[in-house]
Amino acid sequence: MKAPPMRLALALAVTTALILPVHAQNAPDPSDWDAVTEAAQGQTVYWHAWGGATPTNDFIAWIGDRASEQGVTLEHVKLADTADAVGAVVTEQQAGRDADGSVDLIWINGANFASMKEADLLFGPFAEQLPNWRYVDVEGKTVTTDFTVPTEGYESPWAMAQLVFVYDGARVQDPPRTAPELLAWAESNPGRFTYPQPPDFLGTTFLKQMLIELAPEPAALQDPAGENYDEVTAPLWSFLDTLTPQLWREGRAYPETGPRMLQLINDGETDLAFSFSPGEASTAIANFQLPESVRTYVLEEGTIGNASFVAIPYNSSAKEGAMVVADILLSPDAQARAQDPAVLGYDTVLDLGKLSEAQRAAFDALDLGVATLTPEELGQALPEPHPSWATRLAEDWVARYGVAN
Amino acid sequence: MLRPLPLLTAGVLAGPVAFGLLGTVLPAFGLLVPEAEMPWAQALSWPGLPRALGVAILSGVLSTLGALTIATLILAGWHGTRAFAWLERALSPLLAVPHAAAALGLAFLIAPSGWIARVPATLLGWERAPDLLILNDPWGLSLAAGLVAKEMPFLLLMMLAALPQVQSRRRLRVARSLGQGRVAGWLKAGFPGVYAQVRLPVLVVLVFGITNVDVAVILGPNTPPTLAVQVARWMMSPDLSLRAVAAAGGLILLFATLGVLALWLLGERIAGRLGLLWVRSGRGLPERRARGAGLLLAGTSATMVLAGLAALAVWSVAARWSFPDPMPEALTLRSWSRFGPDMLAVAGDTMALAALATLASLVLVIGCLEAEHRFGLTLGQRALSLLYLPLLVPQVAFLPGLQLLPLALGIGPSWPLVLAGHVVFVLPYVFLSLAGPFRAWDARLARVGAGLGASRDRVLWRLRLPMLTGPLLTAAAIGLAVSVGQYLPTLLLGGGRVTTLVTEAVALASGGDRRAVGIWGLGQTLAALLPFALALLVPALVFRHRRGMRHG
Repeated sequence: MKAPPMRLALALAVTTALILPVHAQNAPDPSDWDAVTEAAQGQTVYWHAWGGATPTNDFIAWIGDRASEQGVTLEHVKLADTADAVGAVVTEQQAGRDADGSVDLIWINGANFASMKEADLLFGPFAEQLPNWRYVDVEGKTVTTDFTVPTEGYESPWAMAQLVFVYDGARVQDPPRTAPELLAWAESNPGRFTYPQPPDFLGTTFLKQMLIELAPEPAALQDPAGENYDEVTAPLWSFLDTLTPQLWREGRAYPETGPRMLQLINDGETDLAFSFSPGEASTAIANFQLPESVRTYVLEEGTIGNASFVAIPYNSSAKEGAMVVADILLSPDAQARAQDPAVLGYDTVLDLGKLSEAQRAAFDALDLGVATLTPEELGQALPEPHPSWATRLAEDWVARYGVAN
Repeated sequence: MLRPLPLLTAGVLAGPVAFGLLGTVLPAFGLLVPEAEMPWAQALSWPGLPRALGVAILSGVLSTLGALTIATLILAGWHGTRAFAWLERALSPLLAVPHAAAALGLAFLIAPSGWIARVPATLLGWERAPDLLILNDPWGLSLAAGLVAKEMPFLLLMMLAALPQVQSRRRLRVARSLGQGRVAGWLKAGFPGVYAQVRLPVLVVLVFGITNVDVAVILGPNTPPTLAVQVARWMMSPDLSLRAVAAAGGLILLFATLGVLALWLLGERIAGRLGLLWVRSGRGLPERRARGAGLLLAGTSATMVLAGLAALAVWSVAARWSFPDPMPEALTLRSWSRFGPDMLAVAGDTMALAALATLASLVLVIGCLEAEHRFGLTLGQRALSLLYLPLLVPQVAFLPGLQLLPLALGIGPSWPLVLAGHVVFVLPYVFLSLAGPFRAWDARLARVGAGLGASRDRVLWRLRLPMLTGPLLTAAAIGLAVSVGQYLPTLLLGGGRVTTLVTEAVALASGGDRRAVGIWGLGQTLAALLPFALALLVPALVFRHRRGMRHG
């Protein structure tokens, strides 16, 4: 090895070591938005987001085009599981990489947010300083708590999700609207229902939804799971023990993800599914992925809803650029596009009453699609249980149904 | 310059395996990975272990027996006939079809709502697909079937290459003159010699069958998955301490594989004894049925893979396509304009990686062979088993270590690491493909060249390599195809951040967008097949005025 490059590398390493701590202390001030947009120029934002559904990937690419208009390059790092991004930040923290981290923005909520916030792995607060925050429906939508954990500005909402059930109207006339009805329906239609295999988040959400339906006191779910866990979840396990033999493939195989579960309806293998995005079924119809006879509905006692957020890791190398992207996500343009079932079909986090008439027109013009429920039909979403429940439910499910039968 | 190359090549083959095994053993015993608690206990107490291991072994053994039986029946019953020539032509390209793409196509074909089931569904007016556990069945039977379809052409072509070395024709003539039928005669007189020649490839197929990840993810069971898949999941988990559990799991799989290999070798002996008894008995076989079965099974498995690829193609241009329609309602290029550009970009990266890995392998292989030619430097028969080392040691047993050990030295998963990993698997195939033609080149030409005053290097560059254009291109095409098909090395050594066509295609398989799967699967297939087409086309063009080179 020749000398000069070595010396150069060493010099670079020393300079970086000198610069970085200073840089880390100079954390951007979200309230000085002009300084933020200026610093964001030329930054590349690595957005770690679940990449399992093609409409979401296309939407993120569209956000990337808007970001590049503001001088920010957006790269979508497609995750199979959001926990991967959390793991990457944890690894970097353990390795002492407190600046210049590889993750700049994460699509996050629930247990992942709770654990990152608790471990001080997030930059912020920044969300309520974003210029477009003024349009957010703070009173009407659960955008300041996330699975019961207060967000305190450490993550910014960008989409509302609510569990809706999906059925093929050509094959099912009167779909089940409570947990006992679902069981009865499955018994008279064996093999025509299934759910994504936990720990997939949608599969775990189904477990939570059934738990809310079956638990004697659903209010207990708002507190962390403790010694009461066995007692509270007992009705769920006896429900699943009866349901499992009636499932698609008698519960000996499960679809891996939500989109795969919808595909089973298109394939004529099942008649009932569910989605965490009220517009996903309409989007899938538009993309030829579901028959035109598919419709959605919610359960009698309501269904779980939550918000999707973005958060910025404490060691991000492009915090300003990440904030610019978070702000773009809150813009009326992006929100209207996300709600378009031909694109994504996610419900907006904005309060339409706070928008100007011109801005509202984009929402009013939307054709929500044949299979999308109106806000009135969706009703008030049920609050998510504390994240500790989801974690333990998924682990227990794997031990009971996921490894041996 | 040339002299150290054989040793270097041996190092490239054995080094990563040894290094990787070490890197797997250490964490399994609680070293190297911080915060790992009792990895052995954790791996052994995983409730899915017995089943995951059992299914892996069952599908591996079944697929090897199946592929070997079909290849043997075909060769015994049809070698030298027109049907055989047709089958050989149909099967050769299948060899290059990546495992993942073939599995993705098969998955749609054999599902209860798949293309095959849609024939009776349309005729009988079924509205609902039957609830049959065909795909992802807990016994791994569809996994075994998929492996048979993919490995049978490999074994058949390996056996075909071994035929001239065992003088099968003469032996067969003797057997036939003793009144043996075609199949029985070949089995008795030809098979033992051929099997001895293809024994290592058979063992490679067996090890791959037990330990593969990409086919098992797509066709294998989920409750639980095969052990190799579970090890890969532990490796990719954000909980870093699970990597030690992955290492322990990889070692469990290694020991199990070694056990199966030992039993297989024992089985060889027993089969040999029984075979001898059968030879002495003079009894024959139901010839017509054996020939028919061979043709039917081989034809079916070739048709399945091709139909699977056709299904991928149709899905990629499908508008609405619901059960039980045998074809989409309409065709559209919408999916291509949606996913095509992304796919092409990744295809570029994939080919760059494959080209570099192949180039590195070619340099090493040519260097080795030339050193052998000039200095008589060979590593002998042992070198040949070294070639098979990376193929015989399960990938999930040494790839975790190959990721963990550099990580402990501060080298994270990265593109160069992936490249190095690809070379380990590309090199053996390039060597096996090039060694024969290289050694068979008429050395008298070199003497003539030297007599005309050309240096050894000049002879190599101006005479030998140009005359070997055909075999060189074939070796390069094989190298590219092997690299394009590498799933686990790309996933583990790239830490999920290096994407190629195969990692994207397998990741999409769990999602619901069959149109995207179709486009990525086709892209992967084309990336592997196009180099072969070029390898056939280029020599034909270059040598169009040189009749003597047309078959060289």
